[in-house]
Amino acid sequence: MTVNWNRQNFTGDDPEKHPAILALRRDLASAVLEVESCRGEIWVVISPAEAIAVLTLLRDDPALGFDFLSDLTAVHWPQRQGAEFDIVYQLYSISHKTRFRVKVRLAEGQSVPTASGVWKTADWLEREVYDMFGIRFEGHPDPRRILNPDDFEGYPLRKEFPLQGRVRW
Amino acid sequence: MSKNPTKIYKGPGPKEANILLTSASAVMNWSQRSSLWPLTFGLACCAIEMISAAAARYDMARFGWEVFRASPRQADLMIVAGTVTNKMAPVVKKLYDQMAEPKWVIAMGSCATCGGVFQTYSVVPGVHNILPVDVYIPGCPPRPEALIHGIMTLQMKIDGQVNFAATPRKIEPGYHGPSREETV
Repeated sequence: MTVNWNRQNFTGDDPEKHPAILALRRDLASAVLEVESCRGEIWVVISPAEAIAVLTLLRDDPALGFDFLSDLTAVHWPQRQGAEFDIVYQLYSISHKTRFRVKVRLAEGQSVPTASGVWKTADWLEREVYDMFGIRFEGHPDPRRILNPDDFEGYPLRKEFPLQGRVRW
Repeated sequence: MSKNPTKIYKGPGPKEANILLTSASAVMNWSQRSSLWPLTFGLACCAIEMISAAAARYDMARFGWEVFRASPRQADLMIVAGTVTNKMAPVVKKLYDQMAEPKWVIAMGSCATCGGVFQTYSVVPGVHNILPVDVYIPGCPPRPEALIHGIMTLQMKIDGQVNFAATPRKIEPGYHGPSREETV
């Protein structure tokens, strides 16, 4: 598949024209839950069970080539019952000089398979997400805290975590 | 038998007969305050001001504080210049414990004094929670003049120390000299 990476070809009104969306619709249609866009940015919400298949496809498809995981983070939405967390994968394709965003929605206590087998850098990024949000990653090689002390209690980037008043000393 | 028995000292001239009277406490204070050796470490932007105070323009060497030691065994002044996080706090405490007595601590800047703007889960709200602080320097960050003033304030504090107590003390097992509270 030859892709014309001109920006207007896939950042316009129709996100379905984005080459990554086309590839996912073609090969992993069951994994795609939603396709969303805002202000010219396009992202896809996928199911946690097929997250690794989707990420591997985005990395290995030569027309896409998202070979660099530039960030992996999470967002806490406490009012969203049953889907309190977003895991956000920020991908970058070095060969095509373009970015793409993938989200996985998780409920409280739900986990997602680790992406450290797809991109090595996901190892530490997932440790940071666990440290700050308490989200577990199945099969992670080293599931420890990374920034806070090992005996820290709580997950500070959750919305219910108090801003002040937790004095340790 | 000398003709003048009251003249005891016999030197080449009266100028060599100088005698200085002082107390042992004053001599110890003078020697301690006049060559404070700070420990080389910085935690945040306050360290940049500390470096500036040590460099050519402000030149702390004029006052005898220039020997920033890279080992806590050789240092007697800890300038906590910057934000102390909860994860860094055990390291700072260990460095302080490794310094030999007598030793002093300066909390430089808002973060070391009270946590500064970081009233949050990851920052120690003032380094006095882990160390006995002698001098607090306000500012965010304090200018080099403020650091120099802070060390001069510490020198005045050292000058007020009483090093030898007049009353004898019963030495208990495990006693390792007077504590900071007794001497200051």
